[in-house]
Amino acid sequence: MDKIPILKVGKCLLVTIQIDMHDRLAMALQDDLTNAIVSTKSKGVLIDVSALEIVDSFIGRMLSNIASASRVLDAVTIVVGMRPHVAITLVELGVQLSGIRTARNVDKGLETINRLIEQSESTDADGDD
Amino acid sequence: MLTETIETVPIRSSEDIVRVRQKVRFHADAMGMSLIDQTKIITAASEIARNTFEYGGGGELLLEILRDGARRGLRLTFSDEGPGIADIEQAMRDHFTTGGGLGLGLGGAKRLVNEFDIKSQPGEGTRISLIRWK
Ligand SMILES: Nc1ncnc2c1ncn2[C@@H]1O[C@H](COP(=O)(O)OP(=O)(O)O)[C@@H](O)[C@H]1O
Ligand SMILES: [Mg+2]
Repeated sequence: MDKIPILKVGKCLLVTIQIDMHDRLAMALQDDLTNAIVSTKSKGVLIDVSALEIVDSFIGRMLSNIASASRVLDAVTIVVGMRPHVAITLVELGVQLSGIRTARNVDKGLETINRLIEQSESTDADGDD
Repeated sequence: MLTETIETVPIRSSEDIVRVRQKVRFHADAMGMSLIDQTKIITAASEIARNTFEYGGGGELLLEILRDGARRGLRLTFSDEGPGIADIEQAMRDHFTTGGGLGLGLGGAKRLVNEFDIKSQPGEGTRISLIRWK
């Protein structure tokens, strides 16, 4: 596989990482996703990592980069489904996903994202008055 | 202590780094390591394999199973013939990087294993071995 599929679900983009990505594939996903936020005018990005058996510093950095880029593009990123042993190991490695929102599963993530989008739309509307 | 060599894995591309993770997982699982121990050694291996490829110009992994009385462990030795590291203490420090990474590979890998050994000389390459006991 030479690309990770990006799906449009409502106002969000959904990415389910189902394979152990090599580094170039991870970089391509970062670029594709950033471009897709703009081209599809998405307000949110959900990245489902529940199939990942490890997250090392390279993938950790990719997740942070996507979250930062989406913030600049006025979209919210939520990382969903990270398995407990993966999260513990990532912390011990020293990688901090401090700026990243997380959710337990895709449904919860979508709920949060839709709530955040509604909030930001209503504050935008307030701002226009 | 008894040492049983399992195999060597070349590290010449970013696909090889994936292969390293898969091999380490296979042998850690076959040894009966817990999921959390497997995750730690695979993550450490991924970090060091990437350094071998990115900074060492490629190299290889030697996989061994250690038996020390009733204790069993997995030893991973990564070697390359790249530029080597002049100041190992500095390289080991968290957040130090010369390549725009997070600078957590060496320090982080050390935290994730039971034994960590690094030998490196400028011009002579780098050899790092990791042991995780079951
Ligand atoms: N095999 C190697 N050969 C030469 N230099 C290395 C090697 N491994 C690590 N280094 C040096 O040590 C630094 C720290 O490595 P690491 O902790 O993995 O962080 P990062 O990979 O993010 O730079 C690297 O930036 C590099 O300068
Ligand atoms: Mg590194």
